[in-house]
Amino acid sequence: MTTANSENRVQSAVSRAAASIRRIQWPLIALGVILLFNLIFTPGFFEISIQNGRLVGSLMDMLKRAAPRLIIALGMTLVIGTRGIDVSVGSIAAIAGSLAVLVIRGGDITYLETQGISTVPILLVIAVALFAAALCGLFNGFLVSTIKIQPIIATLILMVAGRGMAMLFTGGYVLNFDHPTYRALGIGDFLGIPVPIIIAAVMFILISLVTRKTPLGLYIQSTGGNATASRYSGTNIRLILITVYVISGICAGVAGIIFTADVQSADAAYIGLWIELEAILAVVIGGTSMNGGRYSLAGTVVGALIIQTLITTLLTRAVPVQYTLIFQAAVVIIVLILQSPRVKEFSFRRQGAAVEVQDE
Amino acid sequence: MAQSNDPILRIKGLSKSFPGVQALTNVDFTLQRGEIHALMGENGAGKSTLIKCLTGVHGRDSGEILYDGQPINCTSPLHAQEIGISPVYQEVNLVPNLSVAENIFLGRFLVKPGRINWKEIGRQAADILKRFALDIDVEKNLGEYPVAIQQMVAIARALELKSRILILDEPTSSLNVQETEQLFTQMRRLKADGHSIIFITHFLDQVYQVCDTITVLRNGGYVGTYAADRLPKAELISKLLGKEIEKLGEVNARRLTDERAAQHAEEDAILVADGVAGDNGIAPFSVSIQRGEVLGCAGLLGSGRTEVANIFFGIDSVNRGKLSVNGKKVEMKSPRQALKEGIALSPEDRKAQGIIGDLSVRENIILALQNRKGWKKTLSVSEQTDIANKFIKMLNIRTPSAEQMISNLSGGNQQKVIIARWLAANPKLLILDEPTRGIDVGAKTEIQKLIIELSQEDMAVMFISSEIEEIARCSTKVMIMHEMNVSNMLYGDDINEDTIMHSIAEGHVDHSE
Repeated sequence: MTTANSENRVQSAVSRAAASIRRIQWPLIALGVILLFNLIFTPGFFEISIQNGRLVGSLMDMLKRAAPRLIIALGMTLVIGTRGIDVSVGSIAAIAGSLAVLVIRGGDITYLETQGISTVPILLVIAVALFAAALCGLFNGFLVSTIKIQPIIATLILMVAGRGMAMLFTGGYVLNFDHPTYRALGIGDFLGIPVPIIIAAVMFILISLVTRKTPLGLYIQSTGGNATASRYSGTNIRLILITVYVISGICAGVAGIIFTADVQSADAAYIGLWIELEAILAVVIGGTSMNGGRYSLAGTVVGALIIQTLITTLLTRAVPVQYTLIFQAAVVIIVLILQSPRVKEFSFRRQGAAVEVQDE
Repeated sequence: MAQSNDPILRIKGLSKSFPGVQALTNVDFTLQRGEIHALMGENGAGKSTLIKCLTGVHGRDSGEILYDGQPINCTSPLHAQEIGISPVYQEVNLVPNLSVAENIFLGRFLVKPGRINWKEIGRQAADILKRFALDIDVEKNLGEYPVAIQQMVAIARALELKSRILILDEPTSSLNVQETEQLFTQMRRLKADGHSIIFITHFLDQVYQVCDTITVLRNGGYVGTYAADRLPKAELISKLLGKEIEKLGEVNARRLTDERAAQHAEEDAILVADGVAGDNGIAPFSVSIQRGEVLGCAGLLGSGRTEVANIFFGIDSVNRGKLSVNGKKVEMKSPRQALKEGIALSPEDRKAQGIIGDLSVRENIILALQNRKGWKKTLSVSEQTDIANKFIKMLNIRTPSAEQMISNLSGGNQQKVIIARWLAANPKLLILDEPTRGIDVGAKTEIQKLIIELSQEDMAVMFISSEIEEIARCSTKVMIMHEMNVSNMLYGDDINEDTIMHSIAEGHVDHSE
């Protein structure tokens, strides 16, 4: 009995793993193809050297640039998993980034040049920024779950109003600052690795753990898959929706901190502008359906990497800027077609046929 | 040229199968000129499949359709409309944010050189509606009018399409008594004008009010065609349900828990409803369900069976009376709360309310249990797998593994997974709403057996079914529903197909006479 049980467990663990890889096979292949292209045609693409104790190279640069987008896309993945969408993440990033800089400057927007090194505790800065971001998420979640406004409309409110609020915080100025610890969040490195990459990795692990070690992942997927059935099974749909929008808000806040730390200034009009679209794209390329239900955090990582690799590749290949968007669109279309239900059905039929033949 | 006393429509030996299901077998249907013909049958009898084959939504496997004496083969609903067969569906298939006039003429706007003749459209639309005794502003958006008016507009549109056969698919389900009467007046007028109408409804009284002829389908088969004035209501019911009331012989009920149920005192009741009425329209009723008891719930479709279940499970709210669980009065506000009280519901609509198609069998099974345990006690994946495998084995669920997506399973196995979901949560009262509908005979028998076994293990079960036979077989107590009322309760030896059938019919006879 015990052996049978453990055999069953091994079997199901194997089939689970196989299923999750199968779900992101096309994004993985696409990423592989782009990397392979670079391996052959872009000399030095994979070269990583150590300068002043830090890893340097276009690969590291690429990962660093992908980090904030990836963090936002992770939160977006959970929202899309509930069959929602959050278009306010760019504005939330702007709010969080602007507030952080405001706190660093002691709330003073009357001077434009920096006035020496700021000594405001870093934890206070981060806490204020993330608290505001979480509050924004709570607002979104409240509108979607309780007032029952369609997610795209509900989050559109904050997308528009949020950027306005951020600009109010900064008084419409581009605020510079000098805070070595905060700056390090954007351009520093730890054990040779750029800090944004580490933050993104930590966020990925954190969100994976929270969704797997608690029932949250199951609740999100059942809510997105069939909200009525999930409610009839006793799921607290309201709580789940609020939770995912708060997580998405916090992710946007983290990205806003990285953005402002990277350029050492806060320009509320531009922080995270259009980032919501890139994040949604990363989620969708990563194999998560806009219809909700099954989502894949790993797929989103691959999706974000595909977008960034593509941009970097085009830049290093010196493709004229006017072509880059077209190239991006072409790759996106290819990946999406490969993942479409039609193609899946087709390959499923062929697999089915193969299985039948094996049976005989 | 066909004679005017020939039938306008004749369907002969029509068969249609879908993968795994024989939806229609050798069905005949004849529609005379200027008659209102009721097409009747319980859910899954094949009414809508027949209409869809007729109007070209589905193709057919075999059989012949003669329209005005000519064989026809509609390839699309549009084609059917062009030759004069117009269905009006239960949900109004019009555009609410266009004006009434636009809706009537949608797709064939009247034009004058170079542009649309709005004036003429408005005038003609108003004229058409006046024939229906409808004097409304045709420039207003359709959505601003009540559903009854929208329904009329849909019919007006269908007629304006020069249709000769009008198909009304449950047009009265959203109408009140007056609106229904208005609709009937129009139907009679159309009939007098020589139009033929196929009328699909679940309301027996309405059939007798307005129809000349009745055709009954059951389980995809043709039962018969009868003149309405020569088919008593009780007989119609027995034809719908497939049991001859007179012929029912010996009882074959297996009330294994009969004596035990009798011994149980009132304090053993899991759930007691005392004069409970609900916002969903259910009239005040009282019933109690004890440990180890199977409360069967019988009645025709729309009689309020599901509504009672919804009240017990906190989906619909109680507005009168007292509902107590385990001797304590409760206000059931949500399924979540019902689950905490130990009540489970396997809902009627498996696809829309039961399964979560994207997820695996394992995840579908453990969802309710995880919800009952809450956030603090997360089941690990290996615990989940063990639980899932236990129920796969216990209920004989045919699936390659617990990781299979539930949508890839057959209907019967999906149903078993939903039941497993609730059994895993270990409820005190399990409500099963039509658990055996649309599943194969093998799985059906297994589920019936399971119901009896569960009650023997002291679980309380409420079993809702359209099939009298399985109600009689599994129940220790039967509640008869009729038009949102509990019309009768049957106990002990009274529980057999014959008395259940009579009780259902009585409700109707009492009501109409």
